[in-house]
Amino acid sequence: MLEAYPQNRLARILLWSFAALVMAFLMLPTLVVVPLSFSASNLLEFPPHAYSLRWYENFFGSATWMAALRTSLILGTLTALIAVPFALLACISMNRLGGKTAAIIQSVLLTPSITPGILLAIGLFFVLAAQHLIGTLFGVLVGHVVLAVPVACIVLLPALARFDWNQVQAARSLGANWARAIGGIIVPQLRISLLSATLMAFLTSLDESVISIFIASGRNSTMPKLMFLSLRDQIDPTIAAISTLWTVIVVAVVLIVTLRQKS
Amino acid sequence: MTVVRDPALAADARRERRFFLSLSLPALFIVGLAAILPILWIIRQSFLTTAGEYTVGNYQKVLSSGLTWSALVTTLELSLGTLAACILLGTPLALALASVRPRVANVLMAFVMLPLWTSILVRTYGWLVLLRRDGLINAALTGSGLTAEPLPLVYNFTGTLIGMVHYMLPLFLLPVYAAMRDIDPNLIRAAASMGATLRQVIRTVILPLSAGGIFSGSIIVLIYAIGFFITPAVLGGGKVNPLSTRIERTLSTFQDWGSASVLGILLLVLMALIGVMLLAARRLVAQNTVEAPHA
Amino acid sequence: MKSLAITIESVHKAYGSYVALDDVSLDIQAGEFLTLLGPSGSGKTTLLMALAGFVRPDSGKLLLGDRDITRLPPNKRDIGIVFQNYALFPHMNVLANVAYPLVLRKIPRAEARQRALDTLARVKLDGLAERNVAALSGGQRQRVALARAIVFEPRVMLMDEPLSALDKNLRETMQYEIRRLHDHLRITTIYVTHDQREALIMSDRIAVMNSGRIQQIDTPQRIYDRPSTRFVAEFMGEANIVAPGSARRIDGAEPSRETLMIRAESFHLDAKLVGGNGVALEGILRAKAFRGENWLLTLALDGGQEVLVCIPAALAGGCAELAAGQRMTAYAPAAKVHAIPGATA
Repeated sequence: MLEAYPQNRLARILLWSFAALVMAFLMLPTLVVVPLSFSASNLLEFPPHAYSLRWYENFFGSATWMAALRTSLILGTLTALIAVPFALLACISMNRLGGKTAAIIQSVLLTPSITPGILLAIGLFFVLAAQHLIGTLFGVLVGHVVLAVPVACIVLLPALARFDWNQVQAARSLGANWARAIGGIIVPQLRISLLSATLMAFLTSLDESVISIFIASGRNSTMPKLMFLSLRDQIDPTIAAISTLWTVIVVAVVLIVTLRQKS
Repeated sequence: MTVVRDPALAADARRERRFFLSLSLPALFIVGLAAILPILWIIRQSFLTTAGEYTVGNYQKVLSSGLTWSALVTTLELSLGTLAACILLGTPLALALASVRPRVANVLMAFVMLPLWTSILVRTYGWLVLLRRDGLINAALTGSGLTAEPLPLVYNFTGTLIGMVHYMLPLFLLPVYAAMRDIDPNLIRAAASMGATLRQVIRTVILPLSAGGIFSGSIIVLIYAIGFFITPAVLGGGKVNPLSTRIERTLSTFQDWGSASVLGILLLVLMALIGVMLLAARRLVAQNTVEAPHA
Repeated sequence: MKSLAITIESVHKAYGSYVALDDVSLDIQAGEFLTLLGPSGSGKTTLLMALAGFVRPDSGKLLLGDRDITRLPPNKRDIGIVFQNYALFPHMNVLANVAYPLVLRKIPRAEARQRALDTLARVKLDGLAERNVAALSGGQRQRVALARAIVFEPRVMLMDEPLSALDKNLRETMQYEIRRLHDHLRITTIYVTHDQREALIMSDRIAVMNSGRIQQIDTPQRIYDRPSTRFVAEFMGEANIVAPGSARRIDGAEPSRETLMIRAESFHLDAKLVGGNGVALEGILRAKAFRGENWLLTLALDGGQEVLVCIPAALAGGCAELAAGQRMTAYAPAAKVHAIPGATA
C-alpha cells in the first residue's frame, strides 16, 4: 500500500520496528508459559535450571483437575450441540424474513455478546438461586448456550447470505418439504460453516470463566473456574502445564479447521 | 388502482411468515431465559431487602458510599486508558500489516490473533509470570542495570491496564486492519502523483478512510472494557477495583445481593450512556469528512 | 378440442407500489411450448415463479388442468423447473441429483436408479452418472438440470432463461435439443427468455410481456409480422414505426392514415422487386454500415424521422457505391407493411 513511497525508508523501518514490538507484546504472555511448564523447580525461574514433566504429572494425577477437565469438555460439547442448531434455525428465519423483523431478532440474539459477563453472571445467579439450581451443570450450560448462540450466528448468517437459495427452491419444486430442504440441502452445503460454528461454540464454552465462577461449584467446577481460583490464591507451575496444553490444543484445532476450510 | 387482496392468499402469506418466525423461537427463548430475564431480575433484586421486602435502601447505601464512586472512576480510567493504548498501538500495527502483500499479512495476522485463541486465564497467568517482582521483565531490568530496584508492575493499575490492552488489542485490530486493506492502492498512488508526502497521505487519505474501522474497533474495546472482570480481579491483586470486581466482592464476600444489583444497574447505566455518546459521535464522524482548505 | 394444461386467471402481484404482475390471464394448451418473452423487469420471471409456487400472488387463480394450485405449496405441485443457474446440488453427484425427486417420492432405490439412468441417457449424459457436478461443463450441467426436472414425469415444465449462461454455439445446439425433447415427451412447457430469436425458434406460441402485462400472445410468425402494439413491434426486431403520412403508396392512392410498422429487412432499393402494390419512403442517406450478411442503411425521411433499411448482401449490388447525403427511395411490398392498431407515432 505504501510502495508509492520507496524513498521513505526511515519511516518504514520505524513503522516496522514499532509493529514488531507490538506483535511481541501480543505473543509474549502465551509463549513465556511454555518453558516454565517443563521446569523442575517450584520457583518461577526463567530460563529453568532443570527440566521435568512433574507439572504435567501433577495435572493428570489430580482428581480435582481431571474432574474439572471432564466438566469443561462435557459442557463445551453440550453447548455446541444445542447452540448451533438453535443458531442455524434462527439464521434461516432471519434470512427468509428479512427487513425490520430480522433486524429486531438479530439485535435480541446479539444482546448476550455485548452485555458484560459480570451482569449476565449475577443475573443468572439470582434467577438460578430462586430455582435452587446454583452449582448445577444445567445452570452453567444455559449460561454458555446463551453466549454461544450469538457466536454461532455471526458465523452462520453470512454463510446463509452467500448460499444459493435457488437450490432450496429447486428441492422444493422437486417435492421436498421445508424440513427435508433444510436437512438435505442447506445443512450438507453449509457443513464447513457449521463446523466452524460448532468449534467456536465449543471454544466459547471452554473459555468462559465469569459465569462459571459464579454458577459452577464443587464437582461441576470448570477448568477456567479452577484456574481462576488458583491464580488468585497462589501461582503454581501446574497452571503453566495446563496453559501450555490448552494453547496447543486450541491452536491445533483452529489450524485444522482453517486448513480444511482452505482445501 | 387498488387491488383487492385475496383473503385466503393473504392468510397463507401470514402463515408462512409465522413459520419462518417460529424457527427463531428456540434461540429467542434461550436468550430471553438466560440473558434478558436475568437482567430484569437484577433490577428487581435492587429494590429488595434480604428479607425480600421492597426498599430503596440499597440505592441509598450504594450511592452514598465512597467506594462506589471510586469504582466508577477506576472503571472509566481503565476503559479509556485501554482505548487510548489500543488506538496508539493498534493503528500503526494495522497500517504496517495493510502495507504488505496479503499472503505475508495473513501469516502475521495469524500470530497477532494467537492471543484471541488462548484462554484469558492462560494469558493472565503469562502476564503474572512476566510482571511479578521476581518476574522476567524485572529480572531483565535489574540485570541490565536499567533500574536498581524491581518496578511494581503487577497487582496494581499498571498491571491491570497491560492485561486489558493485551486482551482488547486483537479485537481492535481486526476492523481497523480490514478497513485499511479495503483502501484502493490507486488512491495512494494518485495522492503521491499529486505531490502528497507520506505524512500527508497518512493524514489526509489513509486515516480518514479507515476512520470507520477505528470507530468500530473503539466501540468493541469500550463494550468489553467497561464490564471486564477477570483481569482486574487477578492482575489488580485486590487493589484495583472497577465496578465489576466491586459487584463480585459485594455478592460473594458480603452476600449483599441488593447492593450488588444496584452496582450492576450502575454498570448498565454507564453502558447506556456510552452507547448514546457513541451514536452521537458516529453522526459527527459521518459528517466530518475532510474539507477543502479555506481560502 | 385440446385440453387446457394451465390456466392463469387475473393474477396480480405488487411489491409495495411496484406492480410486478398486472391482472395477467393466460391459457396454455396441454403439450404446448409457450414462451414468456420480455425485457428484464417485465414480470415474466415473476409469473413463472408464481406458477412454481415461490411467489404468492395478491389475487387471482392458477389452475393445473382443473386442479386449483393457487394455495398449494411448491413441493406439492409436481412441476419440473429448470433454474437460470441450474441450482444443481453440489454435494450430490449427477445420479443423486437426478434421482433426488424420485427418492423424495419414496420410489424404491433400484427403480429410482434405473429411471435416473434412463433419463440421463435421454439427455445424452450416459456415462457421467457418477461424476461430480462441479466437474461438469456448462452444457452438461444444463442437461443434468433438464434430466432432474423431467425424471419424475411432471405434467408441466418451467424453464427460467435456462440458456443465458451458455455461449452462442452451445445455446443454439441446446435450443434445438430442448425443442426436440419437448416434441418427444410432450410435456407442457413454459419457457422464459429475453432473447427474441430464441423465442421465435423454439415456441409454439409467444406471450410478449412488458411492465407486468401480457402485450400480445400469438404464434411466432404473427408476433413478428403482425405485432399488436408498438412495444411488441420494436422488441421483436429492427422495426421502423412510420408516422401517418410519411409513406407514399406506389400505386398513387391516398397515403395511409395509420401508423405503419415496416421491418428493416422488408425494404428493397429496386421498385421492380416490390411490384405495383406497396409503399415508398423517400429521404436522405445518413449512414451505411456493412454487417457481413447485409447492409444497414439509415435513411432520414423528409419529416425528420429516421428509418433503418436492411438490404441482404446478395441483393445489394449498388450499396457500396451509395454516399452519405445522397437522396434515395426505399420500397416495401404491401404484404410486409403492417398497420399498428390504435397506435400514434
